[in-house]
Amino acid sequence: MNQDIRALSYAEALREAMAIAMEADERVFLMGEDIGVYGGAFQVTGDLIERFGADRVMDTPISELGGAGVAVGAALGGMRPIYEFQFSDFAMLAMEQIANQAAKMRFMLGGAVSVPVVMRFPAGSGTGAAAQHSQSIEAWFAHIPGLKVIQPATPHDVKGMLLAAVADPDPVMIFEHKLLYKMKGPVPAGHYTVPIGEAEIRCAGRDVTIVATSIMVHRSLAAAAELERENISAEVIDLRTIRPIDRQTVIESVKKTSRLICVYEGVKTMGIGAEISAMVVESEAFDFLDAPILRLGGAETPIPYNPDLERAAVPQTPAIVEAARRLVTAKA
Amino acid sequence: MPVEVIMPKVDMDMTAGQVTKWHAGEGDRVVKGRCLFEIETDKAAMEVEAPANGILRDVTGGQGVDIPVGQVIAWIFGDGETYTRQAGGQAAPSAAAPPPVSLPVIATRAPAADGALRASPLARRLAKAAGLDLTAIAGSGPRGRIQKADVLSHQAGQSPASPAKTASDDEAILNLFHPDDYDVVPHDSLRKTIARRVVESKKFVPHFYLGVDCEIDRLLTLRQEINQNPHVLEAPDQAAKVSINDMVIKAMAKALRDVPDANVTWTESNMIRHHKVDVGFAVAIPGGLIAPIVRNADQKPLTAIARETKDLAARARSRTLDVAEYRGGTTSVSNLGMFGTREFSAIINPPHATILAVGAGERRPVVLADGHTVAAATVMTLTLSSDHRAVDGALAAALLAAVKSSLEDPIRLLV
Repeated sequence: MNQDIRALSYAEALREAMAIAMEADERVFLMGEDIGVYGGAFQVTGDLIERFGADRVMDTPISELGGAGVAVGAALGGMRPIYEFQFSDFAMLAMEQIANQAAKMRFMLGGAVSVPVVMRFPAGSGTGAAAQHSQSIEAWFAHIPGLKVIQPATPHDVKGMLLAAVADPDPVMIFEHKLLYKMKGPVPAGHYTVPIGEAEIRCAGRDVTIVATSIMVHRSLAAAAELERENISAEVIDLRTIRPIDRQTVIESVKKTSRLICVYEGVKTMGIGAEISAMVVESEAFDFLDAPILRLGGAETPIPYNPDLERAAVPQTPAIVEAARRLVTAKA
Repeated sequence: MPVEVIMPKVDMDMTAGQVTKWHAGEGDRVVKGRCLFEIETDKAAMEVEAPANGILRDVTGGQGVDIPVGQVIAWIFGDGETYTRQAGGQAAPSAAAPPPVSLPVIATRAPAADGALRASPLARRLAKAAGLDLTAIAGSGPRGRIQKADVLSHQAGQSPASPAKTASDDEAILNLFHPDDYDVVPHDSLRKTIARRVVESKKFVPHFYLGVDCEIDRLLTLRQEINQNPHVLEAPDQAAKVSINDMVIKAMAKALRDVPDANVTWTESNMIRHHKVDVGFAVAIPGGLIAPIVRNADQKPLTAIARETKDLAARARSRTLDVAEYRGGTTSVSNLGMFGTREFSAIINPPHATILAVGAGERRPVVLADGHTVAAATVMTLTLSSDHRAVDGALAAALLAAVKSSLEDPIRLLV
């Protein structure tokens, strides 16, 4: 379709997606703290205020509850708002609007309305921003029926998934790992979408399935390359959407490899890995398991400020390699 | 479940090591990860950590003696585990010795002293599908867990010389297919015996093959005459009715009597020259084949051979043959003619030196004795496989020519 493929950063791909959405549909507009003149805390919106004006690239007061409420109301009123939280951690302040209003309106009003709002959440650790600016709380949102929750891992996917989110009639939460913003990758020009709810097999393998989200996809791919040298063939699945989860891709993969590792940055306990593990053992893939399922998630701690401790608090590539090696060679 | 403490393999060449110092004694509490003993190989000395928490028991690894890699030198009983004396001290077979690993080395196979059976869901499913008893399968995974590879290697009968190879070969083969796309059927003993014998034969017996066409119209006529003879026809069981195969058995037997140098068996030190001519004949049975033997076939009339082959074949199919009825023999005949096979080469069935493969009798054009007239005749192709260690080409050719002359001039089968 699009012959014109450039190397764009994740942030540039996002910006391009929002520009395309705004050009195509005048109901689309952006809201958030410091997204206008300042260009956003992570320079995602950049110069969009110059192209689309302050009416469509709106700086909001420092009130996440207020901003989210306006966005939900605008969506109910027929608009297509994209609301940026400066850090995903600040979503706590807006949970009433997200969980109690946006997620429930369609159901409580018998399908008479929908809430086509898109909310963007810069997330994750690795920037030395300490415990209140480094969390990975996507699983909280995935627990709420009525929301769609996505974690694009590449520039290509974040553009396509944002455009899919804008077109979606329901509230879509996009969790963007802050370490990904500067990562470059091939991005087609023009409009395209990447479907919400479909995982992607990033690397096919036969010995172990690694289901990863967001930045952990890249660490898992690095681990797979290292494992390949030891003749261990890992299949890396980029989950991309955590609500609704692409069950079939995961289950088919586990049936093929008989082993599963879940890698995610959110705290391990009660996290995405628990959900995927349970989903697999409840499925027909149970009888194909040849080893226990392993979860590699965030440590049971607020993210530390000390950079070494911060790194130690979330899965890194060597831990993924070690886990896969342990599962495949089946040593105690 | 108590955990084994073994002599670890800490480098590639290591076959044995010595415990230079125990850091804990019989009955002492040990802590996982703490140094349990020190070892010395001819290359290195190092500390080995305890593989588990618990009480150290049955320490058999004495200080200063050579202990083979993989040998159990002590056991660790966890809290709440009742102490029972553990068998220990037996060296694992060297081929099954643990691969080189980095320290700490911990035992991965522990006996199910607590009665717990650990098996992965996949292993359970495969074992169930194959009708295997999990308790009979050794688990190689953590804490003795039975895994897919263990079930497969158990099924393969696991040649003790290369257990790892069999398992990984099976794995490699299964990995070529989707698990939904096949059933795993364990080999029965017949299948295993056939596999072992044909591999041995093809591996160690240098086969060569000679072919010949026999015109068998006269043979067919003779057979018809015999079978319509009141003496045969009126026998109550019809068992004396002669088949083409019976006639081939007789022809092969007579040929070996006439060419006794081919009625032999090769051994590494000697040539065994058989006094008797005993002809095995292949019988297809469900799941395999078996070759019962017509003893002294050269001495027996065709009707006697016919009665005997019918009886042996029936009992082969019902699997009620005595071992003595298919052991030994000096040659065999294998006939696929009834399936329309034109010709084929058979695998010699040791200790035989030859086997005759019989194709279908077909109407084919043949050149008559005048050298230029073509006419139709019933022709059957024979292929003789010979063990070149025992039977050379000219000898095999003489044998095959003798078979052909009997079949083409079948009165010879009667006199």
